[in-house]
Amino acid sequence: MRVRDRRILLVAAGTVAALSTAACNGSGTSDGGSEAKDTIAVTATDTACDVSTDTLQAGTHDFTVTNKGSKTTEFYVYAEGDRIMGEVENIAPGVARSLLVELPAGDYQAACKPGMVGDGIRHDLTVTGTSAQLSDDEELSAAVDGYAAYVQTQVSSLQEKAQEFADAIKAGDIPAAQALYPVARSYYERIEPVAESFGDLDPKIDARENDVEPGDTWTGFHVLERDLWQTGDVSQSGPVADQLVSDIADLATRAQDLELQPLDLANGALGLLDEIATGKITGEEDRYSHTDLYDFAANLEGSQQAVQSLRPVIADRDPELATALDEQFQAATAELEKYHTGDTWATYTDLTQDQLRALSDAINALAAQVSQVPAVIAQ
Amino acid sequence: MSEQDTATDRPARGISRRRLFGLAGIGAAGVAVGGVAGGTIARATDDPAAEAASAASGAIPFTGEHQAGITTPQQDRLHFVAFDVITDDRDALVKLLQDWTAAARRMTAGQDAGRIGAVAGSQYAPPDDTGEAIGLPASGLTLTVGFGPTLFTTADGRDRFGIAGRRPEPLQDLPPFQGDELDPARSGGDLCVQACANDPQVAVHAVRNLARIGQGLVSVRWSQLGFGRTSSTSTDQATPRNLFGMKDGTDNLKAENSSALEKFVWVADGDGPDWLTGGSYVVTRRIRMEIEAWDRQPLREQEQVIGRTKGTGAPLGQKAEFDPVDFTERADGRFAIPQDSHVFLAHPTNSGTAILRRGYSFVDGSDGLGRLDAGLFFIAYQRNPETGFVQVQKKLRGDRMNEYIQHTSSAVFACPPGVRDGDDWWGRALFEE
Repeated sequence: MRVRDRRILLVAAGTVAALSTAACNGSGTSDGGSEAKDTIAVTATDTACDVSTDTLQAGTHDFTVTNKGSKTTEFYVYAEGDRIMGEVENIAPGVARSLLVELPAGDYQAACKPGMVGDGIRHDLTVTGTSAQLSDDEELSAAVDGYAAYVQTQVSSLQEKAQEFADAIKAGDIPAAQALYPVARSYYERIEPVAESFGDLDPKIDARENDVEPGDTWTGFHVLERDLWQTGDVSQSGPVADQLVSDIADLATRAQDLELQPLDLANGALGLLDEIATGKITGEEDRYSHTDLYDFAANLEGSQQAVQSLRPVIADRDPELATALDEQFQAATAELEKYHTGDTWATYTDLTQDQLRALSDAINALAAQVSQVPAVIAQ
Repeated sequence: MSEQDTATDRPARGISRRRLFGLAGIGAAGVAVGGVAGGTIARATDDPAAEAASAASGAIPFTGEHQAGITTPQQDRLHFVAFDVITDDRDALVKLLQDWTAAARRMTAGQDAGRIGAVAGSQYAPPDDTGEAIGLPASGLTLTVGFGPTLFTTADGRDRFGIAGRRPEPLQDLPPFQGDELDPARSGGDLCVQACANDPQVAVHAVRNLARIGQGLVSVRWSQLGFGRTSSTSTDQATPRNLFGMKDGTDNLKAENSSALEKFVWVADGDGPDWLTGGSYVVTRRIRMEIEAWDRQPLREQEQVIGRTKGTGAPLGQKAEFDPVDFTERADGRFAIPQDSHVFLAHPTNSGTAILRRGYSFVDGSDGLGRLDAGLFFIAYQRNPETGFVQVQKKLRGDRMNEYIQHTSSAVFACPPGVRDGDDWWGRALFEE
């Protein structure tokens, strides 16, 4: 699976820096290679996440995750502030998958997410040993690499889910397509600023009807949303669905050559929150399906990943801001989680004005902190 | 060193927005190829004498025994805002009040809201001033803060900040009145700030920057613009007209009448908790006027409803605006001032009390029924709401004017005394002593 390949690449790239400094301090506790020093067995069920150890040596480890539950699951290794160190998504029941991840000394959490939702079942991991102290530049470039890997996982899943969505539409299976619509969008919404950076792709994939330039054809998710929820007729929707799949393939190709700067992460994180604050909180994004809360959650997650990729740098330069960011991301997520049941999010139109206001307050409080990040990164 | 640090080394504190604009203009002149912009900049700085504060553009002192914006000669424009406090962290609230005080101190002096300013900071940080007041003078800006009942105890009974025991007894929601059509979404609030200025952009700039500074700690509950004053608070001011076309506030309490202010406006030592001594209570009521119906009434009816002539504003039966109101005067065998007129019922001789009115006309667009959503945003300051606004309003049950108005919002706040000096801050006595 592509996700894993990229993770290996990332680990390999990351170790170049780690190796050189590790060699200097001569600690020898980190082998620094991309070869895993050990295999850690993880058994995921619907209610448990059994990790075969609590303490590890700094270095590269191979987590082999076996899904013995009845739901598709995901496995994550988080650093402080829920910064993703590594992840595998879509582990079907009965399947075993492996994740290579390099962990410097520190406190981590492993998480299984049965049903691929929520915070997951957490398991504390302590990594001991001496870790190479990265320079600021190295930390920044690690941040960019980490985030780029995140983008790739999202794009891969987006391709997969968009194809399923298109297939359901072409099969005329409206209930299946309706269920897939917000799920497929989530992968897009997490990384929307990246798609927007390609200029022409975002309008093709995500334009609302009133966004379309006169003379242009309206394409993308929202055309299909209208067909599914408003007209209830998808008999003519096949070409639009195919076009969506092909535009997303285009996005995937271009994303491979993506060159990000640290500031792009900071600005993208803020951009995602502004998306929520201006488009999702008003319910105008998913005006036919009212599945705005899926987008809301995805924007928030995407913003958090971009910020937390930068967390080591922020923590060095402005520790108070790092803590405030952790707290506000947690608070905003908790506020949103109130509307999360199982793997579904409440319908936008079911929220009261007071509930929307509380969400809006939480996002604004968070955005006030995130707006401080670019200046810290640019220092 | 970051750009921010460099900027703070400059003597930004003393530079007014106008002066700063002038300096920036000089720098820009080197690259600008003549043109309109250069000419405009030159006009703003040509004549230092023009910067001398005129009554309308000058700065009102921020510190004093009482807060400015109460007996200050009433400025022409209003932006009033009520906030909900969305943190339970007392220290964060205190820090916010300190930050707000610092920003208010600067803005009322005609400076940017933040130490760095709208355009002098890092390219990568949001500016600490929003910029729309660059080049504008202080414009008589006053910022007056108030604390609502729910700051002390939330609606569900929580004492979030450990100040429930310091709530002055008179600070409670107003009782319901006949004809109230109150919208809870634009009533009440934990905190309020009244921004008055002679330039609407300056008033809006002030409120906007306070809201920006408070992001994450406070959330705007409601806000109201007022485009024209409907009272005068000084004998030097002409009496303005409200949207009924009538002179309003002729018999208002005035700044010059200090004994009446002591009696009716300022909270005195011993009235309640010490922290409020020298402060006042503000009551706000958004009063929608049915102006389309009003405009169909004959002139005589309009005058009878109010109890004054429309032209000079004289009490009915008298000749000039400031002629004393005489409720015994008769005309055509009836009382000249009808006993159900607004003046008869609201006048101190009948209500037995007085309040300092400081209201503004508003037009908030239209109501979808072909009518302007217009009226009077009523603001009154008093020593005690119960013996002030409430006592007056209870008398207005039979007011003929009620046919043409509807109260659509209500709020009450305790306004602490003035900020004393450079170290003092809004609410210090409430939180520290």
